[in-house]
Amino acid sequence: MAESKRADVIGLPLDRIDGRLKVTGRATYAFEYATQGSVAYGVIVSAAIGKGRILRIDTRDAQHAPRVLLVLTKDNAPPQTPWGPVDLPDRFARAEPALDTDEVLYFGFPVAFVVAETFEQATAAAAMVRIQYDPMPGDYDLHAAGPSAENPGRIDGNGPADSAVGDFESAFASAPVQIDAHYTTPHQHQAPMEPHATMAAWEGEMLTVHTSAQLTTSPQEGLARTFNTPKENVRIITRYVGGGFGSKLPYYVDATLAAIGARTLGRPVKVAMTRPQVFYTTTHRTASEQHVRLGADRDGRLTAYGQEALVHCARFDLFTEPVCDAARRLYAAPNRLTRHRRAKLDLPRSDSMRAPGEAIGLLGLECAMDELAEALDLDPVELRLRNDTSSDPEQDRPFASRHLAEALREGAARFGWNKRVAKPASVRDRRWLVGLGVASAIRGDILQSATARARLENDGKITIELAMTDIGTGSYTILTQIAADTMELPVDRVTVRLGDTRFPPTAGSGGSFGAATSGSAVLAACRKLKAGLASGMTESLGSVTPADLDEAYSHAGFGAHFAEVCVDRDTGEVRVRRMLGVFAAGRILNAKTARSQMIGGMTWGIGSALLEENHVDSRFGSFINQDLANYHVAVNADVGAMEVVFLDEADPHGGPLGSKGVGELGICGAGAAIMNAIHNATGARIRDFPATPDKLLATLETLDP
Amino acid sequence: MEREFALRSPISRRRFFGTAGVTTLALASPPAFADATAQTSSLPTVNVRLTVNARQLALDLDPRTTLLDALREHLGLTGTKKGCDQGQCGACTVIVNGQRINSCLTLAVMHAGDEITTIEGLVEDGDLHPMQAAFVRHDGLQCGYCTPGQICSAVALLAEHKAGWPSHVTADVATRPALTDAEIAERMSGNICRCSAYPNIVAAIRDVNEGGRA
Ligand code: FES
Ligand code: FES
Repeated sequence: MAESKRADVIGLPLDRIDGRLKVTGRATYAFEYATQGSVAYGVIVSAAIGKGRILRIDTRDAQHAPRVLLVLTKDNAPPQTPWGPVDLPDRFARAEPALDTDEVLYFGFPVAFVVAETFEQATAAAAMVRIQYDPMPGDYDLHAAGPSAENPGRIDGNGPADSAVGDFESAFASAPVQIDAHYTTPHQHQAPMEPHATMAAWEGEMLTVHTSAQLTTSPQEGLARTFNTPKENVRIITRYVGGGFGSKLPYYVDATLAAIGARTLGRPVKVAMTRPQVFYTTTHRTASEQHVRLGADRDGRLTAYGQEALVHCARFDLFTEPVCDAARRLYAAPNRLTRHRRAKLDLPRSDSMRAPGEAIGLLGLECAMDELAEALDLDPVELRLRNDTSSDPEQDRPFASRHLAEALREGAARFGWNKRVAKPASVRDRRWLVGLGVASAIRGDILQSATARARLENDGKITIELAMTDIGTGSYTILTQIAADTMELPVDRVTVRLGDTRFPPTAGSGGSFGAATSGSAVLAACRKLKAGLASGMTESLGSVTPADLDEAYSHAGFGAHFAEVCVDRDTGEVRVRRMLGVFAAGRILNAKTARSQMIGGMTWGIGSALLEENHVDSRFGSFINQDLANYHVAVNADVGAMEVVFLDEADPHGGPLGSKGVGELGICGAGAAIMNAIHNATGARIRDFPATPDKLLATLETLDP
Repeated sequence: MEREFALRSPISRRRFFGTAGVTTLALASPPAFADATAQTSSLPTVNVRLTVNARQLALDLDPRTTLLDALREHLGLTGTKKGCDQGQCGACTVIVNGQRINSCLTLAVMHAGDEITTIEGLVEDGDLHPMQAAFVRHDGLQCGYCTPGQICSAVALLAEHKAGWPSHVTADVATRPALTDAEIAERMSGNICRCSAYPNIVAAIRDVNEGGRA
């Protein structure tokens, strides 16, 4: 690799730069900067009711427990800025105070904080904090709250809550072929492997926070707001992050409380959430109810196209999962309708989880397309091709690049789609019923603001610095490749440093904008440095803004998912035998790490189709599944043969790099392809995700033995 | 306007709360701290001798300390990860006397005299263990948090297979099963990878099993 030449480097399947550190256990995560003796341990106490008021907290036993250093409750927590503001444009930079109220806003709400010399002592003492509550009835059920749901005005991503083109209702009523179906998706959890954790230390006015975060500048601003101090006094360090998937976009009370504890005790304090706390004290993906109505002519051209969604957000928050965003851009149809309604529940905050909107919106929409194909007696791939469009159907501008049709055709050829038997429950393999399914993928593409620094060192090496994160996506690696490529240097002459607010600001990792945004900033910084080398320049800054993505075009990545499943004829167990994803995601920056991202997304598709769900215990407002034994994410044995294909896609209007996000496109539509394969295998139409065996049994009983 | 959060140095508790204008605080009285100091000496600890990565060590531990926390918080061997602390994720997998276990589910005091190998101990003379190298080559990791546990698990898995152990997917438990992808996936299913590097993890293990380059 050392002698790689220019123009070879971007896109190469380079091994992960941080791979060696990670396989040897030497990559340092937030909780790992100090050991017992040099740091005190904090443990968060969580509320045991869903809604109500704290009457009394008795901390005497906890305070007298061995080597306890601090017990904080609402009675003695220092003043902080109240939570919010709720309408702050960057919601991840809100103030996040802790223990500043006697109200309990949701089950698991932080109500006390214990710091001791050791983890064992803090954990034991935390169990000794006695709390008396005045519980109040709460609203925990999305369906029950449906009638009181409101029009949120705007959805996440700032699109309108409602959209309409033409006259949907009359077009639907007069359509020769109609699908009118209701789908539900459950609460889901990001469940990153590294629990949210922070270590905080003060030096004079300076607060240094090692935390597990997808963003850097937002928690910096947020903690500064919480403590009413200039943001220059807060430094966020997050070099390695054990997964985020949206749940580490906000920062949480682990950061606030570690900082308060460290300030109070005059020594570093570290706090990690327990696994149950990760489930109920951070964010989750809202459950949804979706109403999809499709009307088509006999040739399969959509004439009426509607998707409506009901979601929840925490009573004190404003987040609205943009469930119908994908529908707005996926297919052409003259009469269109989308609508989002939001119910407020007394649950923890709903917020982003891998591909907010598309990930669950496409479950409903792409299963409805499968139902339409069946009603038309038309091949599901062909139905999608007939409704393809080169311009954004609701925005009156062309797509900068859109290769959905190519992805569908390529995938169909590679997957052996022509062997699919359209009639359900036709293919058997011993006790297994076998079926194939397809779905389209789309994920909107954006650029955010970022600045990067490039510096020529005395030994001729280049150092790149920016306050970007690598949450497993491969930022370290692709930024190294971009710098090496631009500077015409071998990759081992480039050092990329991330995860520190001392470096130039970026928007961090989220919404799949990370690679294009930070990569464009590095590209700009390196170009400037290279041009200035002759005149003695040794350091440069390069920036990118959202305006660098041409607004005359609509920007999105596309793809097609194919799945083969087999269903146990007797038990209803579903196994995913193989999946193929074909993607058109612009310029691929590293073929190896991009493939890994796609496999990750597709595996999350398996989770959403077959495994992942949470429910709320309506008596207590608590999530019933609070650990990894009960909240099922896909494990190794759940995953069949996975194949990923990237189409060559040059996007001249796709920003400075011409790349598109890959972190989320892989999940979009993947679960629908599996659900459609289940239908093809069995004839069952499950509209209530996920397809657990109990939902299949009734259909299986009707089949010939 | 919200009250000022007193950010003054030198750091002092009294000043912190004093400046904040909050005076009637439980914490303003120091008994908890005095007690803590008083009890420091009387806390029971247990002396445990462990062999970790071929080094013999003696530790004075709170008997409640898990093997995982002994490694991470006492020995600074933070390569072993805590993903759940309740035996459900495999991030804490280490090799004890040749067998893989969840180190969060066992107390350190139960391992007196045991030979413990962690991810740090797989490196020899600065060279990656073949399994570590294969994980890098096949991109069997993304965020890296499950990775040390996956690798320890994979190393022990090969030994289990060599010893003829069957698994849930072994068709005939009386015969030594071939190490198929299905066998590997089944035997690795105690190690969750939320990034879902699963196919690459299987490929890495297959590669090492087949004697792939180190
Ligand atoms: S930390 Fe031990 S199994 Fe999860
Ligand atoms: S690499 Fe992130 S959980 Fe496995």
